[in-house]
Amino acid sequence: MSALAARRRTLPGFGLTMGLTLSWLSIIILIPLAGLFLKSLELSPEQFWNILSSRRTLNALRVSFGLAFAAASVNLVMGSIIVWALVRYRFPGRRIFDAIVDVPFALPTAVAGVALTALFAEKGWLGAPLAALGIKVAFTPVGIFVAMIFIGIPFVVRTVQPVLQDLDPEIEEAAGSLGASRWQTIIRVILPSLAPALLTGLALAFARAVGEYGSVIFIAGNLPNVSEIAPLLIVIRLSEFRYADATAIAVVMLVVSFVIIFAVNRLQRWARSRVPAR
Amino acid sequence: MTMQIADSVSLPASDAKAHAAAARDNLRTEPRAVRIVIIALAVIFLTVFVVLPLVVVFAQALSRGILAYFAALAEPEALAAIKLTLIVAAISVGLNLVFGLVAAWAIAKFDFPGKTFLITLIDLPFSVSPVISGLVFVLLFGAQGYFGTWLRDHDIQILFAVPGIALATTFVTFPFVARALIPLMQEQGTQEEEAAISLGASGLQTFFRVTLPNIKWGVLYGVLLCNARAMGEFGAVSVVSGHIRGETNTMPLLVEILYDEYQFVAAFAIASLLAMLALITLIAKTVLERHLDEGQDAGDH
Repeated sequence: MSALAARRRTLPGFGLTMGLTLSWLSIIILIPLAGLFLKSLELSPEQFWNILSSRRTLNALRVSFGLAFAAASVNLVMGSIIVWALVRYRFPGRRIFDAIVDVPFALPTAVAGVALTALFAEKGWLGAPLAALGIKVAFTPVGIFVAMIFIGIPFVVRTVQPVLQDLDPEIEEAAGSLGASRWQTIIRVILPSLAPALLTGLALAFARAVGEYGSVIFIAGNLPNVSEIAPLLIVIRLSEFRYADATAIAVVMLVVSFVIIFAVNRLQRWARSRVPAR
Repeated sequence: MTMQIADSVSLPASDAKAHAAAARDNLRTEPRAVRIVIIALAVIFLTVFVVLPLVVVFAQALSRGILAYFAALAEPEALAAIKLTLIVAAISVGLNLVFGLVAAWAIAKFDFPGKTFLITLIDLPFSVSPVISGLVFVLLFGAQGYFGTWLRDHDIQILFAVPGIALATTFVTFPFVARALIPLMQEQGTQEEEAAISLGASGLQTFFRVTLPNIKWGVLYGVLLCNARAMGEFGAVSVVSGHIRGETNTMPLLVEILYDEYQFVAAFAIASLLAMLALITLIAKTVLERHLDEGQDAGDH
């Protein structure tokens, strides 16, 4: 190992490229993020607490985190079904559906926002039939939920898909030939192998939905305490020049994202130690 | 003789393999009704949540006919937004391309402690809310920010101007090129570069003549995704732009303004350009992924 490391060092440019990488990373990412935390330290704990415990902030955080979790859960279930259909079955248009899973990644969020609003508004293609059933989507919290589902689809599908593709078929065959029913095999054999990937997908979809702004604000209605998401409240506080409020909310959201990154890293380590590569 | 033996052995073997495969498939599939329900659920879900939103963009953009569509795109405000979007994308993609190549060289070609942590730091912008990505620059360069007074004294405009928009976009698109290149370059190892160096090539010659040709599809892949995100970024840019009409509005920001003014045809016309960008990006991405897979297979043999 040390011999390998020594040999690798024979290539030139390590000091230069590493120095440039760290400098550029610091200028663009680390210093700006540190500035945010530094700014929040200017607040006394009491001020910090007062901002966060105000009714409007609490409701915005509740809307963002609650609906993001609900949407990520829907993505977990529907994502699993989509992955199963794409990996295990052959049907007309399969490759096209496989490709369009990435649309929420690629479509600018503002475009997704206006498109979903047009679709689910009371006179929209889907909004009209839903309104006839008495369900209002656009300009209600349901609209936020729908937008968050849209934005989260690819995370679950693209995390779970390669794992299901690489799953050793012999394990399933063994379970089947030992007399397990198909359902038992799926629940007891396949699902545990996919668990780390499923949880990673859930966490990534949740993290994205919590911070999402563009695709949500058009359809949300943005009524304070009801359908106002936390990122929008940050923007509103900024436009009111209430920087302290914006900073406090942002710090809470950043800390949650860091916890999620940490959890995802752990999950991936767990996945590597559990599922032997084929 | 050896050939014949090989043939006579391999034929029954492949036959047996086919039988075994058939038996396997029975153990690894579900009843027909279940299969149909699962496929139907997947197709309906993707149609409602992905296909219809895409279709509705074009339907709305063309709802008053093709002439109204092109008239909306020819508005000076629309042209200014398109121009600004292209400028900002060029700056941030350029910066991130250079950074991505430099970072990937350091990370993929050398061993050092803390590598995983460094990659996590590069990935950070993926998990920061776009609004916060803009906010951090307001806190640095805004009137109440750390450098606010200094910038005002020296008459330098960063916020509510092109530099701020480019910075926020660079922040948001920071990981794309590096993340496309690191795994690719790790997989390719260092043997070819070492050979070049030992034959007397300089570091830069080695990079441009040996490394770059090997990773060209990966570079293109990273640039493609980086560019799509740079042109489409909304939240971060919205916070730093100041929404000065005709000056600091990128295409996504103009979509919002026109939409809020009930100019739906114009809003969806701009949106349709961005949707086309997304579709072209996806098609190119699919093609590039095929190239990258082939490259890897060739490397395996």
